[in-house]
Amino acid sequence: MTSLIKQFQDYSFGLLKTTEQSLVFVGGIWKLIENIFKDTFKGKFYWKLLSEQIYIIGWRSLPLIIITAVSIGMVMSLQFGLGLEKFGGKLYVPKLVALTIIREMGPVFTALMIAARVGAGIASEIGSMTVTQQIDALRALGTSPIKIIVIPRVLACLICLPLLVALANLVGNAGGLFIGSSELNLDPHFYYQKVITTITFKDYFSGIFKTVFFSLFISIPSCYYGLNVKSGTKEVGQATTRAVVMASILILVGDFFLSKLFWIFEKWI
Amino acid sequence: MIEVKHFQKSFGSKAVHQDVSFYVRKGECVGLIGGSGVGKSVILRSLIGLEKPDSGSIIIDGKEITQLNEDQLFSIRQKVAYVFQGGALFDSMTVFENLAYPILEHMNLNETAIRKKIFTILEELGLKGNENVLPSQLSGGMQKRVGLARALMMGPEVILYDEPTAGLDPFNTKRIQEHILKLKKQGATSILVTHDMPTALAVCDKLVYLLNGKVEASVVCSDIYDNPNDSLMKFIEGELA
Repeated sequence: MTSLIKQFQDYSFGLLKTTEQSLVFVGGIWKLIENIFKDTFKGKFYWKLLSEQIYIIGWRSLPLIIITAVSIGMVMSLQFGLGLEKFGGKLYVPKLVALTIIREMGPVFTALMIAARVGAGIASEIGSMTVTQQIDALRALGTSPIKIIVIPRVLACLICLPLLVALANLVGNAGGLFIGSSELNLDPHFYYQKVITTITFKDYFSGIFKTVFFSLFISIPSCYYGLNVKSGTKEVGQATTRAVVMASILILVGDFFLSKLFWIFEKWI
Repeated sequence: MIEVKHFQKSFGSKAVHQDVSFYVRKGECVGLIGGSGVGKSVILRSLIGLEKPDSGSIIIDGKEITQLNEDQLFSIRQKVAYVFQGGALFDSMTVFENLAYPILEHMNLNETAIRKKIFTILEELGLKGNENVLPSQLSGGMQKRVGLARALMMGPEVILYDEPTAGLDPFNTKRIQEHILKLKKQGATSILVTHDMPTALAVCDKLVYLLNGKVEASVVCSDIYDNPNDSLMKFIEGELA
């Protein structure tokens, strides 16, 4: 009986702690968003810092995004081709690959890759700055860490992710076309025509629209975890892991709800 | 100039400060001393709004600062400079850029004036020739001096030093002491958090000794051996943590 009570106490305590942590996270994120909105339209704007972040987040992610998108396009084309060949449906491969990439795989995989590369980078960089008192120094010198550190990173993500997804869509379909013609013996011109006639503006827009949310899912938790490092390199590592995990979860769960939202919206119009 | 009244601060269940009160007159240099973990740096950070006390008040130049938000603290931070223990230099910027940062943010000076100001202070602190170097390429002592130089760029009225001589060789310790004394002569009010008693006795007018979350002793440096406080003397002689 005593052990049962003890187990119940431990379980309740664990539940309370998790609830408290979740509320602290939600409150912290809300406060950060509030400060971002407040500071974006106040005082001077740091264009140089924004351009630096666009270079780091956008330009330097290009090789990773190209490799990922080509691989996804190629493997999807191959798998759909092998699967549909048994039922004589090989000719549907271009349609299937193009729609899947543009509506789902392009945005989601690109966002996951950026979460891993950029989210981890943001959390560890800001975390290290916190530990070495650079964030305190910014405040002590009468400047806002939100303006100098957070806003350029959030805006750079908002600018770069849609562009990277557009590129991933293009490159992914090119990968699909390459495998379609070389492995599945589909005419490249036929493949190209099928892709062009299948994709509508709505398909393209639904994919790109999601990236606005994905950018925020990556940048804001990463900045939050970085800024909330208290001390030591161990916490920097933990903040980095948490940032990537949180961004990935938000992207995958958010993708479902955004897809559903678009589905309702498309039916409505 | 600075008045700390009934300052209380806890971290979790640990009450670091129970009731700390002291004052600093204009142009005075006060040493805040005490064992490790007694919360000297926390008080110093609170004086510039980097920490908020749980209760009590901090008055700087007649203005209560504990309830101010980040925007309202801006005017205080223009007057009060903080010299961080490790320098806290921005590691993506060169020494020159670190020093130019506060000027570019808050002052309207042309490039020639900025360069002149930076080169003068670098020379005074023995850092000439390091302007294009990244902080990671400097020794710990040099980083501290660059941190001090950056804190002085806006000509503050109050300077808060957090262990400015910790880890420095005797030559550089003396150089920092001389600089603190020079700033004091120029009328700067300062608070020095340190474990380095020779430096504290060399530059401070008054010592505030913290023990068990309270002010155990507050003595004028010139009277320290005339009216000795038992705990303070034990601390100075290394018999009390």
